[in-house]
Amino acid sequence: MSPLLAALAPEAVLLVTALAVLGLGVSIPRARNAATSLALVGGILSAATLRFCPGGGVFLGGMISLTPLAGILQLVVLGLALVAIVFAADSFPDAHFAEALALILFAALGMMLLCATDDLLMIFLALELTSLPLYVLAAFEKSRQAPAEAALKYFLVGSVSAAFLLYGISLIFGVTGTTNLHALSSFPGPGDPLLLAGMVMVLCGFAFKVAAVPFQLWAPDVYEGAPTAAAALIASGSKVAAVFILAKFLFGGLGPWAGSMGAPGWAPVLAVAAAASMVLGNLAALVQSNVKRLLAYSAIANGGYLLLGLASGEPASLPAVLFYVIIYALTTAGAFGVVILVEKSRGGSRLEDFDGLSKSSPGLAICLLVFLMSLAGIPPLAGFFGKFYLFATALENPGLIWLVALAVALNAISLYYYLIVLKHALVLPAPDGGHFAAPAPTPTPTRALVAALALLVLAAGLFPNLLLTPLTRSLRPATAAESAPACLP
Amino acid sequence: MTILTLIPLAGALLAALLPSPRAARTAAAGFLFAALGFALFLALGYDRAAGGIQFVERQEWIPALGVEYFVGADGMSLMLLLLTTFVTPFALLAAGPGIPRIHVVLILLLEATLIGTFTALNFIHWFLFYELSLVPAFLLIRSSGTKAATAAALRFFIYTLVGGLAMLIGFLAIQIAAGTFDLVRLAGLGPSLDGLLCARFQWPFAGALVFAGIFLGLAVKVPIVPFHTWLPDAYAEAPSPVTMLLTGLMSKMGLYGFLRLLLPLFPQRMQELAAPLLWLALATILLSAFTALVQTDLKRMLAYSSINHLGYCLLGIFAVAAVPAGASSASGARDAAMTGVLLQIFNHGLTASALFCFAGFLEARSGGLRGLRDFGGLRTAAPVFAGLMGIALFSSLGLPGLNGFVGEFLIFSGTFHLVPWAAAIAAIGLFITAVFLLNAIQNLFTGPLPQRWAKFPDLTRSEVALAAPAIALMFVLGSYPQVLIALFNQP
Amino acid sequence: MILNATFLAAFLGAALVLALPERWARGVALAAALAGLGFAASAFSGYDNAPGAPHFQFVTQAPWVPALGISFHTGADGISLALLVLTGIIAVAGVLFSWNVAHRPRAFFAFYLVIIGGVYGVFQSFDLFLLFVFYEIVIIPKYFLISAWGSTNREYGAMKLTMYSAAGSALVLLAILATSAASGAHTFDLLALADPSRASFAPAFQAWVFPVMFVGFAVLAGLWPLHTWAPTGHVAAPTAVSMLLAGVVMKLGSYGALRVAMTLFPIGLAQWKFPIAVLAAAGILLGALVALAQRDLKFTVGYSSIAHMGFVLLGLMTLNLSGLGGAVLQMFSHGIIGGLLFAVVGRMIYDRTHTRDIAELGAMGLARTLPFAAATFTVASVASMGLPGFSGFIAEFTILKGAWMAFPPLLIPAGLGVVVTVAFTLIALQRTFFPAGEAPAPPPLPPITPPEKLGALLLMAATLAVGLFPSVLLDPILRSFESPLMRTLIQGGPR
Repeated sequence: MSPLLAALAPEAVLLVTALAVLGLGVSIPRARNAATSLALVGGILSAATLRFCPGGGVFLGGMISLTPLAGILQLVVLGLALVAIVFAADSFPDAHFAEALALILFAALGMMLLCATDDLLMIFLALELTSLPLYVLAAFEKSRQAPAEAALKYFLVGSVSAAFLLYGISLIFGVTGTTNLHALSSFPGPGDPLLLAGMVMVLCGFAFKVAAVPFQLWAPDVYEGAPTAAAALIASGSKVAAVFILAKFLFGGLGPWAGSMGAPGWAPVLAVAAAASMVLGNLAALVQSNVKRLLAYSAIANGGYLLLGLASGEPASLPAVLFYVIIYALTTAGAFGVVILVEKSRGGSRLEDFDGLSKSSPGLAICLLVFLMSLAGIPPLAGFFGKFYLFATALENPGLIWLVALAVALNAISLYYYLIVLKHALVLPAPDGGHFAAPAPTPTPTRALVAALALLVLAAGLFPNLLLTPLTRSLRPATAAESAPACLP
Repeated sequence: MTILTLIPLAGALLAALLPSPRAARTAAAGFLFAALGFALFLALGYDRAAGGIQFVERQEWIPALGVEYFVGADGMSLMLLLLTTFVTPFALLAAGPGIPRIHVVLILLLEATLIGTFTALNFIHWFLFYELSLVPAFLLIRSSGTKAATAAALRFFIYTLVGGLAMLIGFLAIQIAAGTFDLVRLAGLGPSLDGLLCARFQWPFAGALVFAGIFLGLAVKVPIVPFHTWLPDAYAEAPSPVTMLLTGLMSKMGLYGFLRLLLPLFPQRMQELAAPLLWLALATILLSAFTALVQTDLKRMLAYSSINHLGYCLLGIFAVAAVPAGASSASGARDAAMTGVLLQIFNHGLTASALFCFAGFLEARSGGLRGLRDFGGLRTAAPVFAGLMGIALFSSLGLPGLNGFVGEFLIFSGTFHLVPWAAAIAAIGLFITAVFLLNAIQNLFTGPLPQRWAKFPDLTRSEVALAAPAIALMFVLGSYPQVLIALFNQP
Repeated sequence: MILNATFLAAFLGAALVLALPERWARGVALAAALAGLGFAASAFSGYDNAPGAPHFQFVTQAPWVPALGISFHTGADGISLALLVLTGIIAVAGVLFSWNVAHRPRAFFAFYLVIIGGVYGVFQSFDLFLLFVFYEIVIIPKYFLISAWGSTNREYGAMKLTMYSAAGSALVLLAILATSAASGAHTFDLLALADPSRASFAPAFQAWVFPVMFVGFAVLAGLWPLHTWAPTGHVAAPTAVSMLLAGVVMKLGSYGALRVAMTLFPIGLAQWKFPIAVLAAAGILLGALVALAQRDLKFTVGYSSIAHMGFVLLGLMTLNLSGLGGAVLQMFSHGIIGGLLFAVVGRMIYDRTHTRDIAELGAMGLARTLPFAAATFTVASVASMGLPGFSGFIAEFTILKGAWMAFPPLLIPAGLGVVVTVAFTLIALQRTFFPAGEAPAPPPLPPITPPEKLGALLLMAATLAVGLFPSVLLDPILRSFESPLMRTLIQGGPR
């Protein structure tokens, strides 16, 4: 067996699973449980393959680049996809259920490929593989107007950004003659205007995925309109992959062109984008009345924090950025999980729908507390440590002090809107005769998963080394003894 | 010495716990007499030949801040202790058997704090008891229940507290400069204290400022014009037994403060400022006398008369301060003036409390009336009462043979030698005093007896028994003042 | 380890309270509070105060996130121990005064114990990250306690208080991050950063970091004019939370200012001490004046807290042993006295009469129907006025002495503030409990329950004990200022 195929074993397993689920859905009409089980088993198998026999090495001229860091991120993305599957199993309607699962698996495949490549063309391919299923998933509730409109917006804006991306890649290729990030980094400064244009367009394409200002307009509508499980995946998995690839592009490909506060380059641009995202996201979230929409603006703000981390221009900030995005993804996924459960009982996700949650499901309320407080950056939760680490690393570059001050201030402001949600959930009583009068019939797997995520967030906050050490270790250059065994000879 | 402070405290505790108010009152009286006896015992045990401060007890309390538990007494303190332990039971019993238990407890607590003040030799210790005395006094003043009493009590508390604060700040500065709160040591520093203050704060006015602060605090307490406005209301509105305590004892705290705190520490300043100080004393004497003249309320008149008599003490003190020790010709005069001051302190305490006791009897019988115009000819209806109260009034006037005379005489004779012009002006006050006191006697006791007082009950036997010791003392001390003088013939 | 047991007991207690049935809630809470007090007290009595002994005892140190230079470093000196004991006392008293909480007691006591644990943690942390973690943990439960169990204007009061606290914390976080970045030492350990043998931070850096950090902490301490969250928040809060807020949480701010801001940035401190002292004195006087004008008894007590905390801040700025020692003692003293005042106003009075308006209360003849409450409030008022015999006197006069040595002109507003404090305290006491004239037949009120009496006696005993024997606390506190960390604060001159 060729080393390439051996290295791609996890992806292969996932592909097979996706196709199998699709086939199941086509052949047997009401195969909900079977499809779920199949998807989960396949996903876990893929994860196991990834964990215990990860292939290593660079193939096809950098199109497939499997480093230990990539391995960690692939695991994370796969885990998030599995979470989305469980959420979907508890919330998606029966119609086309298996197709939905298959779409999730395809998106996951795309995200895994995104994490494992160093080539711009491959990036585009993987990005499309991720996005197209997500567009479809977003439109799953096509019977209602708002979700349909949101999904259409998502699709249109996403397609335009994909076009930008492709055009930018072609410009870069035209000037430099390569699409490999490593090769790109050996190019001198951004002298050629065409090259500059290409870079900017590629960045715009990525910025869309990360939902950074000024490409964030799709996020609130999509988060609100899409089925919550899909929103969970968009918010968590796709964000992780997008941030990772953005980081690789900036530090790997455009390293020499970083610039700084004084000099032109992508770093100052990123700083401005970060500031704008943080401000917009946090301020807009203050006035939201729908929790999903609030989470969307929170996502925009967090995108801003991530851009802040990248804006220092130092590759040393990579562990902080990755730590933060992983924690953020876990937290957001958990939060969306709670939203799913509330939607099931109360039929909506407005603030009032959360009233009295602590009385009917105290455990769920506590989980929500954990997630939102982690997002707000309150110790001892992981979100706090992530932000702390991010800000501390950013400050290695003293010129960013103003940006960090802004971030800290906005972070304090963000506490307000998270507390508003928690006020509804923990303080305000349920409306009389509300559905919460009787214990809400919450599905157990989602509940268990939400609880597990909450525990994870708490553990990562108390013992950050659990996540930090693998990340930092994987960033060190690999020694000969560490080359991973392949699964298949 | 600590035992003396503890006796009334123990009494207060017991009184608080006993079931009935009458039992509380009896127990309290018992404790108070015990305190009196102990004070007498101490006074007799005082070694007159050696003089100075005796019965010293000294313990570390807060070494980090230089605060010690340091008590002791010299002749002057012992005299004040005797006064305290005599007047307090007098006041308690004058209140009658119907006194609520809380008042009994408060009176006992007040005595404890007073004893503490008169025996303290470390400033913070002194200040602690000084401030603590304000609380029972405040509560006692407002216990007559009227709105006026409440306002008067509040004013008393705040004025005195502000004064106390000024003193505290002054002494803090002293501690910073001289390193100690120990009054004995500070007295030993004498004139150099001023210099120390100026050097430490590098400001030539530091000494003056500290002096002003301490002076202000004492001025409010004595009181000296123009800081006296709290007194007439407090004395008039409080129940008479409380006023007995106020006039008899608490006013002495201010004078004691001058003698113990200000005079030994700032002799030079006092000498420099002698003229303005004397004018203040004179203003106090004259203003209060004239105001007393126009009063129609008996208790108010007595209140102003109190201020007046305290003014004589101030006169004496300032006169002594005005002429420094050293000039031998003056030393006899100084001794005379100082002896007069101390005697007057004791005698005024005795006489004024007796007067207010009688005023209380009058008020009780008349149903709350105490205007001078309301009465007349009581001599016929209540001869014993008129007689005894008359004696007290004459003593206050300074009739020879009664105790009030000796003190005033000595003060004037000493002051006349030291600062003649002040004595001359002050004499006017004597004259006015005589006028208003005689006026009072006339209005109350002589003249036609109005119909409504025809049945004015005379003093009961218990009341006579109560007043008798005081009256007797007035005669004794009038004839043999040596009894007291012997205690402190080396001030 | 014994120090860590204090907050571990609290957090464990919180978890147990949530897990066990409702009727066990308050018992478990009391047990946890007592355990914490026990640990704190035994640490205090076990502290070796001999001249040669190490300043920081009971030290625990373990690496936490070495990549960032964060370690788990706790210990205590005299200052920490005094405040730890204070926390223990207030914690127990607060539980006793909350014995009657009927609405969701498990959640109430769980949040309460989390705050206690956080406070314990702050007072013993010597790593900046760790200190900040505990500092932040305290913020969120406050919001829920006030908005769910509070009274007047509770949602607004809760949010205002929380957002002010969050804003202050944000400033502190920024300063901590900047400090670590500027130090070049790649550590967050306070002792390492403040080590005198290290090069100190650049003056230009200190000039802005110090005010940022100090103000960030001082917001929580009620520095005028950033104090407006306190009266609103305290009034809105339920009794035990007001006790905690005024008693202990405000002290977190002043402790942080002392332990971190002032020790790390002496140059910045020297530049800013006079303006801050002026603000502190303003707080003393203005807090007292505003209290004088209040008609709601709890607002009066709330503003009196501002005035007393002004003393703390003034004392800190004097930079001499007298003022600094007095400031720490005042933190302890006001913690107890403020807690006692809020306990009487909230639990003893408001829970029964459902009004806090002084005029209305005066008409109720409270001295006759609630004699224990009257007596307790009298004792608390007397202590609050700074009358000798109680802890407030020693603390205030020591601070005044320190102020004499450092900023003599500021004695005027401070002294005036004391006078006004006496005035409003006395007037409030009088009008509420002992109004002039006869009250009509007072309506009967439920008597004071044993837990309330126990709590009140505990607090009164504490203030009396420290008033009569202040050396017990003062000696360890003063010795703490000889450690290399704190010594830099004292700028020459005798005490």
